[in-house]
Amino acid sequence: MIVYTFSFYLFSTIAVLSALMVISSKNSVHSVLFLILSFVNAAGLFVLLGAEFLAMILLVVYVGAVAVLFLFVVMMLDINYIKLREGFLQYLPFGVLLGIVLIVELGIAFFTETFSEMSLVEYAQMPEIIITENTKLLGFVLYTKYFYLFQISGIILLVAMIGSITLTLRQREISKKQIISDQNNADASKAIIKKKIKLREGI
Amino acid sequence: MTSITIDHFLFLGAILFTIGVLGIFLNKKNVIIILMSVELILLAVNINFIAFSSFLGDISGQVFAMFTLTVAAAEAAIGLAILVVFFRNLGSIEVEKIRKLKG
Amino acid sequence: MIKLIVFLPLLGFLYCAFVGSYFHDRVSQLITTFLLTISTFLSWIIFLQYLEGANTTIIHILNWITSGTFSADWSLRVDALTATMMVVVTTVSACVHLYSVGYMNEDKSINRFMGYLSLFTFFMLMLVSSNNLLQMFFGWEGVGLSSYLLIGFWHHKDSANKAAIKAFILNRVGDFGFVLGIVGVFFIFGSINFDIIFTDAINYQNHAFNFLGLSLSTIDTLCFLLFIGAMGKSAQLGLHTWLPDAMEGPTPVSALIHAATMVTAGIFMVARMSPLFQYAEFTNLFIIFIGASTAIFAASIALTQNDIKRVIAYSTCSQLGYMFFAAGLGAYNAAIFHLMTHGFFKALLFLSAGSVIQAMKHEQDMRKMGGLFLKIPFTGTMMWIGSLAIIGFPFFSGYYSKESILENAYFSTSGMAQYAYVVGVFTALLTAFYSWRLLLMTFHGKPRATEETFNQVLESPKVMTISLAILAIGTIFSGSILANFFIGSKQEVFWNHAVVLIHTTQHNIPFVQTLTIKSTVAAGILLAAMLYFYKKGLTKSLSRNFQLLYSISYNKWYVDELYNSIFVQPFFYIASIFWKKGDIYIIDEYGPNGISKLINYFSKRLSLFQSGYLYHYAFVMLGGLVIILTWFVYY
Repeated sequence: MIVYTFSFYLFSTIAVLSALMVISSKNSVHSVLFLILSFVNAAGLFVLLGAEFLAMILLVVYVGAVAVLFLFVVMMLDINYIKLREGFLQYLPFGVLLGIVLIVELGIAFFTETFSEMSLVEYAQMPEIIITENTKLLGFVLYTKYFYLFQISGIILLVAMIGSITLTLRQREISKKQIISDQNNADASKAIIKKKIKLREGI
Repeated sequence: MTSITIDHFLFLGAILFTIGVLGIFLNKKNVIIILMSVELILLAVNINFIAFSSFLGDISGQVFAMFTLTVAAAEAAIGLAILVVFFRNLGSIEVEKIRKLKG
Repeated sequence: MIKLIVFLPLLGFLYCAFVGSYFHDRVSQLITTFLLTISTFLSWIIFLQYLEGANTTIIHILNWITSGTFSADWSLRVDALTATMMVVVTTVSACVHLYSVGYMNEDKSINRFMGYLSLFTFFMLMLVSSNNLLQMFFGWEGVGLSSYLLIGFWHHKDSANKAAIKAFILNRVGDFGFVLGIVGVFFIFGSINFDIIFTDAINYQNHAFNFLGLSLSTIDTLCFLLFIGAMGKSAQLGLHTWLPDAMEGPTPVSALIHAATMVTAGIFMVARMSPLFQYAEFTNLFIIFIGASTAIFAASIALTQNDIKRVIAYSTCSQLGYMFFAAGLGAYNAAIFHLMTHGFFKALLFLSAGSVIQAMKHEQDMRKMGGLFLKIPFTGTMMWIGSLAIIGFPFFSGYYSKESILENAYFSTSGMAQYAYVVGVFTALLTAFYSWRLLLMTFHGKPRATEETFNQVLESPKVMTISLAILAIGTIFSGSILANFFIGSKQEVFWNHAVVLIHTTQHNIPFVQTLTIKSTVAAGILLAAMLYFYKKGLTKSLSRNFQLLYSISYNKWYVDELYNSIFVQPFFYIASIFWKKGDIYIIDEYGPNGISKLINYFSKRLSLFQSGYLYHYAFVMLGGLVIILTWFVYY
């Protein structure tokens, strides 16, 4: 139990600290890296909670894809060399106050409400399944009960891909492509035209 | 304090959420920080879901967390695409320059 | 049949109002005149019935208002009084309609004119045939409205518009008293139906009420209030200033409204309410005083006026004074008789004057006329007939009625009546003077008009002269024929409780008095002849020597100026204060203008919210979220 508690506090502290550094770091690349750190810590928390599949998925998808994407963009846009404006301190007091209020209220909500055992029974509408491995259990449910959601999330990803391509595709006038239909429809008789040209005059 | 209850996880989620929200409007640097703050928010929500799923013994929480993950990835991709196009048009990604909605 | 009499003119008006403009003007003239002629014939038939001594008839038409204890109906009450009035109104109106066909021939809005004339006749008939005070008030207001419309008929003329408003406002002031009277009558008697009031009146003879510590007789106060209305309508002293200015309207209008009918509505009302007025001692004294004073006041002004229509207008005012003081004495029959004869000869005078004006190409100043008798003898004769009637020349109608009034004044016992008698006799002198002044200046002597105008003077077309002739017949004969019925031996049979009759035995007025009356009249004529026919230069020297008297008379005793300074100017001043300060400054600034400025200000401030910065919006969203959370946490 003590390991559990200790790990929890370790992971959560580092997660919170790195989140703070994400938003207050001067260097954007540092921000991205701190984001990755906080993701990793969250993955650790997931493992503590017994959801190891999701923890690994977090690492693969979030860190491996999304955060790297962030890094790509940050580096591509060459942001480090843009003059940074510090307006941070202007809003800081009021923002922090608002943040503290929010946390306090959420805390009140969480610490005073008792999550009764009664609701447990209503939510568990599935039959008693004795599967203890996380991944197996997830698979058991995902392709049967939540099948439609699964497919729809696939479509969402498709839409996202199409969207990204549509947004950022540029036609490059420099590179030439083959247009097969034009090539096939070329008329040999009109390919070359003879013209009579006088001396010292152009076309 | 010795045994970790669900409230601890929920409180952690709340803190991360608040930090993400603060990040959206406390930064004057660039727009990428905003996108990263959104990711932080989604992460906090995910922690909430997994915590509930674990403490209530219901797998639906994890399923939903996975879907959230999917959508977050999609949204990050599109957001970055928009950012790239924006940078192409405007030349910079300072937050100060984004004022087209001024009324 | 009686319904036809009342409603045919309304039909005429409706035709003119809605359909007339689509057809030729001649059609509307024909239709209105024709309808009115039918009304006239029918009313004469009714009148003849009443000469035999018929009973009071009440014809119920419609239920109008029934509210709690207050009920008023549309119903027609016909008795001798109504019949007399109807005859006067319809005859004069028909003659005027016929006359207007000729007089207004070149006008642009003939259709509108004929419509208004018919409308007026309808309202007047409603007034005289009403069975309760509310319907009478309806007719009262209606004739006031028609008077306004007709005085301001030539609405492109500024002076006509002002005169019309003046008439209406002064009428209104009188109407205020009238309405108070109606309300009081309802309060006391519980009903405004004439039958109920008249039968109940005797019970309230000595009824009194407390007002500011004074104990006032109820009936006296009610009659006083009703009389205020009559004062406004009939242009008595105090509310008379509109009548001369009303001459801005076309001459037929003056003939109809301001000679024969509308101004007599006041007399009619007093006569109709005679069962009430007989118990009102103080009011009667007041009426006598006002009537007599008006008579002499108006006559004194008529002495020096130069506009031919104004002289006749003041003459009307004066004769109305006669009628009123007759009514005040209790001699309601004499007052109505004089009303009838006056209707005929005054209309005749006005229409003849209109004929003269038209012949002189719309010249109304008598100083530019003269010697017209040779050119327009028919009109001149008509004018002579009318003038003979007005001074009370024997055998003409005015003689009988005027003599009767003066007799009643002589035999009445109150001091006020004696005052009225003396004033009446003196006014007869003045009447003769100014009537002959008018005749001589207009028709006789050397022509003072320019050569070309004089040569173009022609007799009026037949349409106009026929109406003159009809009225002349009425002027000459109505007195001698009808005297017996109105004031003579057959009066009981005729009136039959329509009005209250004082039961004086037929005294014969002492010969001395008759001689006095007749000699004053003759003196007036001689004076006029001297000044205006024989020694013309005398007028100028007289006016210079008696400068003050002359200017008082010429400037209408400065009443207009007095009213202007007391009422009109302060009122305008107060109204402008209300307008500028009250309305514009306070209400507009804090009302519409203020609110719009406020909204502008706030919306400008609010629009600063839309800064365009995304993080501002996110911040606001967060703030809202926190507020909602707080609300949820604490509830």
